[in-house]
Amino acid sequence: MRSFLAFVRKEFYHILRDTRTLLIILGMPIAQVLIFGYAVTNEFRNAPIAVIDQSHDELSRELINEITATGYFNLIEQPPTTDQLDALFRSGDVKLGIIIPPNFEEDFFRQKLTSLQLVADGSDPNYATTLINYSTQIIGSFQQRYAGGPARYQIGVETQLVYNPLLINAYNFIPGVVAIILLLISAMMTSLTIAKEKEMGTMDLLLVSPLSPVTIILGKVTPYVFLAMINAIIILVMGYFIFEVPVVGSLVLLFAFCLLYVLTALSLGIFISTKAASQQAAMMGSLFTLLMPSMLLSGFIFPIDSMPWPLQQISKIIPATYFIELLKGVMLKGLGREFLWQPAVVLAGMTIVLLLLSWVNFKVRTK
Amino acid sequence: MISNAITASNLTKKFGNFTAVDNITFNVKRGEVFGFLGANGAGKTTAIKMLIGLSKPSGGEATVAGLNLMTQSEKIKERIGYMSQKFSLYEDLTIRQNINFYGGVYGLKRKDIRTKTADILAELQLEDKADEKVGGLPLGWKQRLSFSVANVHDPDVVFLDEPTGGVDPATRRQFWEMIYAAASGGRTIFVTTHYMDEAEYCDRISIMVAGKIAALGTPGELKERFAAKSMDEVFLRLVR
Repeated sequence: MRSFLAFVRKEFYHILRDTRTLLIILGMPIAQVLIFGYAVTNEFRNAPIAVIDQSHDELSRELINEITATGYFNLIEQPPTTDQLDALFRSGDVKLGIIIPPNFEEDFFRQKLTSLQLVADGSDPNYATTLINYSTQIIGSFQQRYAGGPARYQIGVETQLVYNPLLINAYNFIPGVVAIILLLISAMMTSLTIAKEKEMGTMDLLLVSPLSPVTIILGKVTPYVFLAMINAIIILVMGYFIFEVPVVGSLVLLFAFCLLYVLTALSLGIFISTKAASQQAAMMGSLFTLLMPSMLLSGFIFPIDSMPWPLQQISKIIPATYFIELLKGVMLKGLGREFLWQPAVVLAGMTIVLLLLSWVNFKVRTK
Repeated sequence: MISNAITASNLTKKFGNFTAVDNITFNVKRGEVFGFLGANGAGKTTAIKMLIGLSKPSGGEATVAGLNLMTQSEKIKERIGYMSQKFSLYEDLTIRQNINFYGGVYGLKRKDIRTKTADILAELQLEDKADEKVGGLPLGWKQRLSFSVANVHDPDVVFLDEPTGGVDPATRRQFWEMIYAAASGGRTIFVTTHYMDEAEYCDRISIMVAGKIAALGTPGELKERFAAKSMDEVFLRLVR
């Protein structure tokens, strides 16, 4: 026990001594949350739009007011012709065009039938879809109000988005960032620090000492468990106070799952370090085999359901996939153990397999 | 009292078809400075790795500090010190932290670590630098500090794998004075080296060629047997 404590103390010295790395470790989650929260977002405000109003009547003006009053759209210009609208699209000044036909008010009240044209800049498909959806919704409610309730023979569609009614982006990225940061710290940092001992030759000294290999590994990873959990707390607290991401379910369960995932990531890091001889190899190994797939294929950035079959299979072997499922389950849906044991068991299983593989690798090396 | 610090009989290490260490047999007496020589690739490092428990022998028997290498390797680890050819203290930690760490690894009590630290700092005249990072020390100091750290738990046997690589003769001389001091206190020193002048400092030496021990004896005996003026000549004659 005494030698184990001496080891952990030494690891903390290493970490504290290297202020630059420490700053990166603690600053990274903050930076990531802010970047994902404010820069990488599907939500929008003040989208630049143009309206061609060929009707110029009361109702068309009302509609334009209604659209701009929401704050989502910013009316840049009212060009007289579609050619000029084209020019605005080409220069990128405008992302959405609304064309109101002549006799808009008359047709609406007399014929009970009129149509609008929405034109969006499809070169950014996600953005275009979002703009079309928002404006369609605004026009729809506008129509209902003036027609006095939904028209007959019309299917009234009422949508409800459970767990995230306002489609707040942060509900998705906060769990995602937790998954990535914990992976980075647990897997990458531990594989780096173990590789460093090998590179410096200090590993031989440790192996010659009475410390058992298990003690060496435990001593190595313990400080990183602390750091990872501190980071998880930082991200969740930021999510709660800045982006109002709630934790509906049990906090205890949430931290238990974080710890489980940290253990999985640590065993991944240990596994990588039994393979990698140098810090550089460990770095490249963790960047390309862990970080990239975890960002892209865990459901954090792209939905797994819309991936082609082979990629879906890959996503199934990525720990972050299960962890994000667990996090969302606890934080957003308030699910308990009875619903979440499956992904938790998968993570635990991965941990055991990785530790066994590392053990075999280690044995082979010392023979 | 054990008279032999190390005994090896027919110790062998094979990697596939290649025999790196081929049936070596030798004894090292307690308190002896034993030089373990050989050209690069002769099997020195493999032999030392077997004796310190980093590598499992393929055959033969050995004891270190009176303990059986095959069955008591964990116990052996508590009784030996090791200094590798790579300088292996933590450069980003201070001198004091390094000593504390290795003392802690060997399970020393806090009080003992404190007195050990004071002793080492006094011996190396590094008292005023105790809280400076090891990385800033000149190589010669680092190596002497490494040696002190390898002795922090008062081991029976200390293994030194090319401890003086890359330093000037004056510093090497200082290093060897530390070795003598440790040996006179009854500690056994097992040292590999490339420098033939260092071989002369040893009580006895063995020279390995192609996995076998080609010669073993005191420097004087070996020079006589090979009718050589210096260890250099002895070595060249054997290796050629």
